[in-house]
Amino acid sequence: MLFVLTSNLTLFRQSYNVIFPSLTKIMHNASFFYIFFCTFVRFLSTFWLSFLFQYGYVNHIEVAYEKTTIRKLKKIQNRIDIQELKVSFAIMGNRSIVSIADYGKEKIQYLLDMATEFEAHPNRQLLKGKVVATLFFEPSTRTRLSFETAANRLGARVIGFTDPKATSSSKGETLKDTIKMVSNYADVIVMRHSLEGAALYASEVTDVPIINAGDGSNLHPSQTMLDLYSIYKTQGTLENLNIYMVGDLKYGRTVHSLLMSMRRYNPTFHFIAPKELEMPEEYKLYCQQMGIRYVEQQDFTEDTIADADILYMTRVQRERFTDLMEYERVKDAYILKADMLGKCKENMKILHPLPRVNEIEYDVDDSKHAYYFEQAQNGLYAREALICDVLGITLEDIKNDKTIIG
Amino acid sequence: MVAALENGSVIDHIPTDKLFTIVQLLDLEKFKEEVVIANNLESQVMGRKGLIKISGKFFSEAEISKLAVVCPNIRLTVIKDYKVAEKREVTLPEELTNIVKCANPVCITNNEPMKTVFYRKDSDTLKCRYCGKEQNLKDIKLK
Repeated sequence: MLFVLTSNLTLFRQSYNVIFPSLTKIMHNASFFYIFFCTFVRFLSTFWLSFLFQYGYVNHIEVAYEKTTIRKLKKIQNRIDIQELKVSFAIMGNRSIVSIADYGKEKIQYLLDMATEFEAHPNRQLLKGKVVATLFFEPSTRTRLSFETAANRLGARVIGFTDPKATSSSKGETLKDTIKMVSNYADVIVMRHSLEGAALYASEVTDVPIINAGDGSNLHPSQTMLDLYSIYKTQGTLENLNIYMVGDLKYGRTVHSLLMSMRRYNPTFHFIAPKELEMPEEYKLYCQQMGIRYVEQQDFTEDTIADADILYMTRVQRERFTDLMEYERVKDAYILKADMLGKCKENMKILHPLPRVNEIEYDVDDSKHAYYFEQAQNGLYAREALICDVLGITLEDIKNDKTIIG
Repeated sequence: MVAALENGSVIDHIPTDKLFTIVQLLDLEKFKEEVVIANNLESQVMGRKGLIKISGKFFSEAEISKLAVVCPNIRLTVIKDYKVAEKREVTLPEELTNIVKCANPVCITNNEPMKTVFYRKDSDTLKCRYCGKEQNLKDIKLK
């Protein structure tokens, strides 16, 4: 039996169409389903939910509510702690993407399918008449160009700034005021900020959807999305892969996000890094708690990478070392050379978030395993998908899109 | 030891090393009505304990949350008309709004005029809603 909780029909319809594309499928399979309207969420007490579950009345709950209510509900879910009880949450109203760490397999697959559609036809007029603001409080050429290209190729117009020095932030305007002001002009705000949690805060002060394009060393969901898309595209699946992460695993935000978002796909990780830059304890603990297999090693040779499906390279940065002697010693130990690819698997692909400095030698570029430039291109499709998703454009809309150019 | 309270609050079961932190926190120095502060009293439960009686003072939920962060498991008794109106163990709430300061200097909450929000992860760990950093209760700084 399926249980749908919502406060009004509009929210239900939105959730039905947008957030749970698979809902129709579930409805067909479920012998009963209820649409339950309740304004007072307290009514949904721990006792009440667990009672229904224990007696087999409910095995799946879909919830469509406003943001604050969802927060309350999530707490209840934690308290019940029944693993089999599948509860999906849809945050209605504000559809910002601050983090994709909580996205389930279905939602990830939905976004991957969207990106696939955009890869087939990247140029459209789907966002004609929309304005996308790119607010880069911290400079980032690559991410900004990728987002702006995505918006332009979908027919939107782009406003924004690339350098906070030239904006009112330097005059002491708060983030809240800047976001409030831009909300009056734009339909979606893409923002990068040097402070952690800035995107979440921005999403709380405005009704315009926010896409987090990186907040300090905290989160960078669009990068994770394009990494997932690259893995999915080259391997045909995200399940049961051997993923080798090489280089700076301590400070590398991309490797941490990738690790967390892969947790549902039964991966095996190999962490190859010098002692100074090894995977932080908290992430190893995370792997143990989630039952993710991992191997740590310091050797980076032809043999150690022979079993990899994905080789995720990162840059060993000089400024991360307190002991420069140590840097000199390890800097050449984690460079990928073309002659190291002799024993690797046919399907193996090399990923790198870019910019690269010297960690992948230039002769590797000609190898069939090199994928980092295509990976950057995939960023365009992944970002087109994210922009559409926050604007409420569904996969269905994209499939039936009549605005394709060329 | 002291005359019974007519109206006010009693904070009991305070660990002896936390007593003066709480005195400071409640800003009792400037409090105009009767205040009794006692320390190293004998206690069956905890050996030695501290106690504060404050006349004419009733705590708001925000103040109680602050107390809970500084020292969990104290007991709060509310006296009205010489009778015990309410007795409760002060425990750490699941969500703390604008009570605790985030220890992460690059957290947005330390750089914007905004409220902080922390979630209780377990009995001695709080997690910042914004930057996600976890912090131990004993290292916590109040806002």
